[in-house]
Amino acid sequence: MSTPRSPMAPPRSFLWARRVFLTLLTGFVLVPVYVMVSSSLKPLADVTGTFRWLPTELTIRPYIDIWSTVPLGRYFVNSLIVAGAATVCSVVIAVFSAYAVSRYRFRGRRVFTVTVLSTQMFPGILFLLPLFLIYVNIGNATGIALFGSRGGLILTYLTFSLPFSIWMLIGYFDSVPRDLDEAATVDGCGPLGALFRVVVPAAVPGIVAVAVYAFMTAWGEVLFASVMTNDTTRTLAVGLQGYSTLNDVYWNQIMAASLVVSVPVVAGFLLLQRYLVAGLTAGAVK
Amino acid sequence: MRSIRAAATGAVILSLALAASACGGGSSTGGGSNDSPEELTYWASNQGASIEVDKKVLQPELDKFEKETGIKVKLEVVPWSDLLNRILTATTSGQGPDVLNIGNTWSASLQATGALLPWDAENFDRIGGRDRFVDSALGSTGVEGQDPAAVPLYSMAYALYYNKQMFADAGIDGPPATWDELTAAGEKLSKDGKWGIGVEGSNPSENIHHVFVFAKQHGADFFTADGKADFTNDGAVAAVKQYVDLMAKDKIIAPGNAEYAQNQSVSDFAKGRTAMLLWQSASANLKSQGMSEDAYGIAPVPVRSGTPGTGEQVNSMVAGINLAVFKNSDNLDGATKFVKFMTSDAEQKILNTAYSSIPPVEAAQQDAAFNSPANAVLKDTLAKSAAALPQVPDESQFETAVGTAVKNLFADAAAGRAVTTGSVKAALAKAQQQMPAK
Amino acid sequence: MTATAPTAEAAVRKGSPGAARGPRRRPGRIRRAGLPYLLLLPALLLELLVHLVPMVIGAVMSFKELTQFYIRDWGTAPWAGLDNYAVSVDFDAPVGKALLHSFLVTIAFTLLSVGLCWLVGTAAAVFMQDTFRGRGLLRALFLVPYALPVYAAVITWVFMFQHDNGLVNHVLHDQLGLTDKPSFWLIGDNSFLALLTVSVWKGWPFAFLIVMAGLQNIPRELYEAAALDGAGMLQQIRRITLPSLRPVNQVLVLVLFLWTFNDFNTPYVLFGRSAPEAADLISVHIYQASFVTWNFGTGSAMSVLLLLFLLVVTGVYLVLTSRGRRTAP
Repeated sequence: MSTPRSPMAPPRSFLWARRVFLTLLTGFVLVPVYVMVSSSLKPLADVTGTFRWLPTELTIRPYIDIWSTVPLGRYFVNSLIVAGAATVCSVVIAVFSAYAVSRYRFRGRRVFTVTVLSTQMFPGILFLLPLFLIYVNIGNATGIALFGSRGGLILTYLTFSLPFSIWMLIGYFDSVPRDLDEAATVDGCGPLGALFRVVVPAAVPGIVAVAVYAFMTAWGEVLFASVMTNDTTRTLAVGLQGYSTLNDVYWNQIMAASLVVSVPVVAGFLLLQRYLVAGLTAGAVK
Repeated sequence: MRSIRAAATGAVILSLALAASACGGGSSTGGGSNDSPEELTYWASNQGASIEVDKKVLQPELDKFEKETGIKVKLEVVPWSDLLNRILTATTSGQGPDVLNIGNTWSASLQATGALLPWDAENFDRIGGRDRFVDSALGSTGVEGQDPAAVPLYSMAYALYYNKQMFADAGIDGPPATWDELTAAGEKLSKDGKWGIGVEGSNPSENIHHVFVFAKQHGADFFTADGKADFTNDGAVAAVKQYVDLMAKDKIIAPGNAEYAQNQSVSDFAKGRTAMLLWQSASANLKSQGMSEDAYGIAPVPVRSGTPGTGEQVNSMVAGINLAVFKNSDNLDGATKFVKFMTSDAEQKILNTAYSSIPPVEAAQQDAAFNSPANAVLKDTLAKSAAALPQVPDESQFETAVGTAVKNLFADAAAGRAVTTGSVKAALAKAQQQMPAK
Repeated sequence: MTATAPTAEAAVRKGSPGAARGPRRRPGRIRRAGLPYLLLLPALLLELLVHLVPMVIGAVMSFKELTQFYIRDWGTAPWAGLDNYAVSVDFDAPVGKALLHSFLVTIAFTLLSVGLCWLVGTAAAVFMQDTFRGRGLLRALFLVPYALPVYAAVITWVFMFQHDNGLVNHVLHDQLGLTDKPSFWLIGDNSFLALLTVSVWKGWPFAFLIVMAGLQNIPRELYEAAALDGAGMLQQIRRITLPSLRPVNQVLVLVLFLWTFNDFNTPYVLFGRSAPEAADLISVHIYQASFVTWNFGTGSAMSVLLLLFLLVVTGVYLVLTSRGRRTAP
């Protein structure tokens, strides 16, 4: 390389370090992913003996068997319903709350944000049993079945993702200039109109980031799902454990099922990553 | 600010109301009823090779029941990893199944919650009388002196499974009858990548089942007569050491077994990697893994010397599944009918054949199906040389504490660390102090 | 929601802070005064229902002797006063000692995990700032561990960490010959390393994302000026990048710490319900002390202690970092 380097170009040592670091990191990230994919295409014999890097033969049998070994289809639908509803509700409520905190100075504003954020510290174990008791009592008192139903789980998950979502959106809304609000109000919209017409469209990346986060939280949660669901309403996170209680551990099926379960979330995540970064940029930095 | 105060007051009142309602416990302490005589909810445990297999076995029987009585049974097969948790939440919330399977070792713990219907003379009469059941099975249904908290459903015992071909190849005549013979045979068999015997080292329940028997053979127990935990007596320590020494000293167990918790030892046996296996009623499982019945033999679990019997000649725990009814079921009559159905001679034959277990009902036991060589050993063991695990309310804590202690000792053995009487005693002392103080 | 109408009126009468200045109150103002509270109401109600009230109940349970005998109607369980707490903090007795051990293991684990996640994430973000060929693809790949549901990611590592058939032993022992016999990763002392590896593998992309977002806010002019002044790469990072990232890092580290400390899913899927001593994280430890041994009073007491600890840590952290910000140039 004999061309002169501008002062802004990174030095060669940096480029070299980058190459090494990123290669190692890629390897670290990729190996388990490769294991998951390759194991899901192996016949059972390949996964019950010494580990083989390459399958002896490629087979898609595991992908067919997983639906019958365990009612994966039903679990999938349950997870979709629960995570989807929790996400939508969480985003809506977070948008309203963040708008209130961002745009209004009112008594108790500080208390609210601190309280909501402090819930991040709560260990799940502490309120698992009481929450479950509350759901049961509401069910007994009002006839609304929260325990053992998807509704109860939706309610729980949407509240889990609320604090972080609200906090993120506050930051993001803060970065949307007030002038836009005022312009909308001048045009005759009320505050809610300003919210929907102006602030939300400007904050789409932040909202997308929050939606992705809420969906992921609901999709993967294990502890509460294991207690609050029954056979009909079981979600994937708990249902996947069904492969491990068999007399023979079908690793190739477990890997195939894990892949299948991960596809919606990973795909969505990757497709929306641009929004995620943009959303985090304004939200996290404030 | 009045607005704030109003909101705050409202919030506080709301919280108090919710808290108070949660305090009440609702209908969990209410008595049972017969409000919905048309249906029952039944939680079955995972007895077969998979949940789907269980459903296939049970559904025809439930259909039969519906035809007979008109009661529709909603079945849910709960995996073992979840079952105790689900029972716990059902007990706490008062909302659970009407009828359920429980591991018989849980009987005393669940009895202590007061959630299960006690089987007094009247209830027993409704299902044909207490005498129908084998005594040893009844011994695992709750604290002695109190009415049983559940009714025996399937009985199982441990047996020694051994690979006939591998024994022949190593020049061993027949199955070992004493532990010395077993270690000698194991040493001959543990070479060329094969091992003498397998264990589920990371499964606390499995560990408990074995060390309990070893303790009995050393003339000791893990609980005193009045139900206090006593894990550090000489017999118990020697028992645990003997079990772990199979890996640590005798080296007839592959170190990898210390990690097993998903029945890999059964798999190893089925695939000919180990020559022996101590297991409960493994026939159905081995068959589903492709091992034919002629490939293995079944013998009673070894004793220290002599032949299996009672006292120090005990060689198995009384394993089994009990059928329990929740006290606050809304179909008590239906639930009782269901229990009667499931413990009827006919059903006992069908179900126990499917699960390769032994019926705890005397009349059903006599059936030819249960006199095959495989079942003969189990039946014999149950009748003559099996003992029930301590029926104390702390039983599940005992399983966790001591089972985990053994798991850690196996981890030590596998890592090559010394397992001495001192280290075993220390581990058991720690486990004992985790038990609730009396 | 009839509570808000009189509330709004009351606010208007007294002159609420949200209302505009000026004595005249147009009808629009009344609604606006109560609007923030109305908007917040759903979030507040949900937080009360799902987080706050159960917390209070959980705290109450910690003062009761709640074992299997009383679980059916926990209101009737006898009051145990501070007994459950006394048992938990009695570090000479096994229960307290085990809790303390678990607590220390969790602190060590959390600090290491957060530290490594932050290091790797920041390094990756800095290295990936400039465009180069394949950057988009690499970035997408790097997000995969974070996007995977916990169960799928951890079970793959369980498969890899198996003693007999796992990839890790296959590579370390069979292929590279680094150890003379296969090691145990899921039991024994190495379990801490295994847990740390899984946690870092899953968690570093989050730090990567946040830092990457933060980096985008640093104006290029700063770097250009520094470069013209003759500052090298490392100096630029030290003098410009890190200080500018300070507000981002403050929140990132705190959030990572809290989430990692409270993480239940990862150790539970990795080790089941009884974790090996070396990797006995406090969340699974408390789970075992309550659900598995039917001792909810003690389990709740331990959880309350855990919560108090986290409150203190957060408070101290915020004070320290805010002070730092104030004294920064």
